Amino acid sequence: MRVAGKGLLEGGDDIAFRFDGTTYRGRAGDTLASALLANDVRLVARSFKYHRPRGVFTAGSEEPNALVTVGRGAAQVPNVRATVQEVYDGLDTRSQNAWPSLKHDALAINDALSPFLGAGFYYKTFMWPRGFWEKLYEPIIRRAAGLGALSGAANEDRYEKAFAFCDVLVIGAGPAGLMAALTAARAGADVILADEDQRMGGRTLAETHQIDGAPGHVWAGEVLDELAGMENVRLMPRTTITGAYDQGTYGALERVGLHRPPGGALPREGFWRIVARRAILCAGAIERHVAFPDNDRPGIMAASAVRAYLNRWGVAPGQAVTLFANNDDAHRTATDLLDAGVKVVGVIDSRDEAPVSPDYETFLRGRVTGTAGRHGLEEITIAHKSGGRTIRTDCLAVSGGWNPTLHLTSHLGARPEWAPGRAAFLPAKGAVPGLRVAGAARGTFSTAGCLAEGIQAARRTLADLDIAAPDIAAPEAEDAPYRIKALWQVPGDGRKWLDLQNDVTVKDVELAARENFRSVEHMKRYTTQGMATDQGKISNVAALAVLAEATGRGVAETGTTTFRPPFSPVSIAAMGAGGQGEGFAPRRLTTSHAASLERGAPMLEAGLWYRPAYFPRLGETTWRQSCDREVGMVREAVGVTDVSTLGKIDVQGPDAAAFLDFVYANRMSTLAEGRVRYGIMLREDGFVMDDGTCARLGPAHYLVTTTTAAAGQVMRHLDFARQVLRPDLDVGIASATEQWAQFAVAGPRAGALLADLLDDPVELPLMGAAEIEVAGVRGRLFRISFSGELGYEIAVPARFGAALFRLLVTLAEGQGGGAYGMEALNVLRIEKGFLTHAELHGRTTAHDLGLGRMMATGKDFVGRAAAGRPGLCEDREELVGLRPAGAVKQLTAGGFLFAPDAPPERVHAQGYTTSACFSPTLGTGLALGFLRDGRARHGETVKMVDHLRGLSVLCEVCDPVFFDPDGGRARG
Amino acid sequence: MRLPCPHCGVRDRREFTYQGAALARPDSPDWGEAWDDYLHNRDNPAGETRDLWYHDPCGTWLVVTRDTVSHAVHGAAPAAEGGA
Repeated sequence: MRVAGKGLLEGGDDIAFRFDGTTYRGRAGDTLASALLANDVRLVARSFKYHRPRGVFTAGSEEPNALVTVGRGAAQVPNVRATVQEVYDGLDTRSQNAWPSLKHDALAINDALSPFLGAGFYYKTFMWPRGFWEKLYEPIIRRAAGLGALSGAANEDRYEKAFAFCDVLVIGAGPAGLMAALTAARAGADVILADEDQRMGGRTLAETHQIDGAPGHVWAGEVLDELAGMENVRLMPRTTITGAYDQGTYGALERVGLHRPPGGALPREGFWRIVARRAILCAGAIERHVAFPDNDRPGIMAASAVRAYLNRWGVAPGQAVTLFANNDDAHRTATDLLDAGVKVVGVIDSRDEAPVSPDYETFLRGRVTGTAGRHGLEEITIAHKSGGRTIRTDCLAVSGGWNPTLHLTSHLGARPEWAPGRAAFLPAKGAVPGLRVAGAARGTFSTAGCLAEGIQAARRTLADLDIAAPDIAAPEAEDAPYRIKALWQVPGDGRKWLDLQNDVTVKDVELAARENFRSVEHMKRYTTQGMATDQGKISNVAALAVLAEATGRGVAETGTTTFRPPFSPVSIAAMGAGGQGEGFAPRRLTTSHAASLERGAPMLEAGLWYRPAYFPRLGETTWRQSCDREVGMVREAVGVTDVSTLGKIDVQGPDAAAFLDFVYANRMSTLAEGRVRYGIMLREDGFVMDDGTCARLGPAHYLVTTTTAAAGQVMRHLDFARQVLRPDLDVGIASATEQWAQFAVAGPRAGALLADLLDDPVELPLMGAAEIEVAGVRGRLFRISFSGELGYEIAVPARFGAALFRLLVTLAEGQGGGAYGMEALNVLRIEKGFLTHAELHGRTTAHDLGLGRMMATGKDFVGRAAAGRPGLCEDREELVGLRPAGAVKQLTAGGFLFAPDAPPERVHAQGYTTSACFSPTLGTGLALGFLRDGRARHGETVKMVDHLRGLSVLCEVCDPVFFDPDGGRARG
Repeated sequence: MRLPCPHCGVRDRREFTYQGAALARPDSPDWGEAWDDYLHNRDNPAGETRDLWYHDPCGTWLVVTRDTVSHAVHGAAPAAEGGA
């Protein structure tokens, strides 16, 4: 119910929103929680395990109870805290974990069964039969216990990630944070002030205290106005600092568009990485609950939340309010309620002495011993120093004291320290390098203390940064001492809740202690205390205290679990922003890309490159038809394909030859000018890294090519060899992959095509290289072949690539050929037993590949020593060819090889296949693979089994070069 | 994590590729214990460590000195200059 004249919201109830199908009205600035309370909706959720009715407990991100689902369909978001979600026109929300309705929830039967459902119930009960767990027990339990559900549809909403840098990051914009930010900002430092709330000001918005003679929120507004006008300040409201990381890095989640209808220009959320030279944590404190019987009914709330709803949102959460506390907070709440005209029935104070008031009854040494009310609080029973009674009340505001919000100080591993006088954990000193803590977050609870500490923390921070601090005085404000006498639970029987979100009671913690889960980490996992989405912000310390009591130890001795990031839940979508679909991955396109698309070529992704799969012609309906035709075209006429994606590395310098001898297993120093040689590079562990060609273009000038897949790795490796291993060599290397477009021209009519292309015919021997002029452009010609046919590769500067490709294809078509794609290229190379990274997969040696003799003996090279160690050159799986030899003709890559009569189980495997195709040239399926001692087994029969595709194929082992074994075709 | 590239300044670790401990390659071209150590055996120091990182944008191999306990990065120098 709204209280006339109270609150900071302006405007009328002109926002319409829905909760569980009913339309309600709220105001700009309302959260879903404040708007529901204003509409007297108290029952908003069912609890996780027992399906108990629950209401709003807090007014902040620590909320354990009021979780709802926002939106529908793909945009549906579960487990949204009603205390954080702002209302907007059209906001559609639903309760969770209740069926058929929130009021009549069938699974509330769990509550009646609660004597059987204590901690460890699942572990003890659903043990046998073993197979039942996955199929029966778990699905039932998952349906019964749980929070909101995902829609299952792909989320189309936009999320973003961003980076920011500053001198001083101030976390939290309450009195301490505002003073810290103001001090640092006036000194000229780059300041980011982040606060998770939609409106900055912290508790100044929720309290009636004056600061410098003005209401706290007015003072805060003036400070914020000043900050907003400064160029060196960035204000980030709705931004939660979620984690502290090394080197002054902080994660931050900004709710950019969650307070507006979806589908607008704004992303929903943004995930920030903020790098701060220094940070000041002013995150305030969170009020604790007290464990008393049935302390979880709707209407039972944190006292600070009751003040916040009243003073900030102008909402009275009840009509007859009672208070229960072990400190002065309840009295502060009572005064505020009375001033607003709300009836206060009484204050139950657990201490021997407490402030007394003529306006309400105070029960000293008081405690709440029970509560009643089916869907919300109706009455409480209390005991006090002079008796007991029952009180009719619809709202009980509780304060068990305050826990400093020190979570970020634990993120790098530091443990908070117990301070008995404050009955709270305080942040450890120096917990996060570069981070200071000020205000309530370090246990200073008075407004004056917070203001002064904010200034002080900023001064010290500025001194660290060698920035002169301005003269700034702390404003006048209340300076009441914090008087508390710890009370964790009310003695006696009954179910006393600790963790409202995970339904953990005092009894569960005591049971854990009895069953010897006495370590705080064990107790946590056995009872699930603090493991819900709120991470036990309200309840952890009380649960520790109960455990300490049950095990006869002190709280300090019992210790605490530490907090890990994130401080509050972060949606995966925000963290993964930019990673959906293609995300930020660049597209590397060859110069022939447009021409390939024009010819209808579907594209294959090869790393970041896009390469044409095949070039369909009229009448062809499957890729195989196109591929077979293109293979035949290359074998019988001439084909053109773009090979620009292969890595090209230019190597120059007086020691270029020595350098190449060092990085290649074979020798390149003996290569003559104008010649090309095939080479292999090893990793230092002796396995093959990559293969390719090396052309000597001049006395001290080589061009190395790599496979497409390994281009980056080889470049990095060559840089490593040059800078780290052989800095003594005078050699320079540079990647030239993108500077040159290169096309393969292959087939018996390749020579004729070249004659059409070039004005001056070039006589080039096999494995020769020459500078040429193509249509007036200086280029390079190599006579190399990856198809086994007479073949050339022509390279021109990339800006001429598009034109040259079109010209080559036209000329090829004139010779009865045309363009061919990756599919045909792959078939052509399998027919010839040429290698790709299917075979060079990182676990094969030169010996395995039949290239053992390429390893030169008279020189050192990368991988030489390790390649010579035992086990790398004998008793290995060796490269072989395979052809179908039985009724089944299909071969696949990834199949395992077995003896024909061996059971197809992993232990009997003798090898595997790496590449397979149908060869139109030979009219049969072919595969390359590795078979134990395979080179000695040509002619034998083995069985290829592909378990995934359900294939079992008898094959003949043969030489991996299936076609033209003596290489006569390439010689022309 | 950010590393200081001597050429480019302090950069995000996403620009770097990690290699491993900065060790001297054995002189012998033939397999032996020194090679086994170089390839496989690593100290696991609590404290200062020197390892190799490649700064992809500028193509420089760096020896980075950092602390495995505090995660502090003390500095980086080109490996070609001895990584001092």
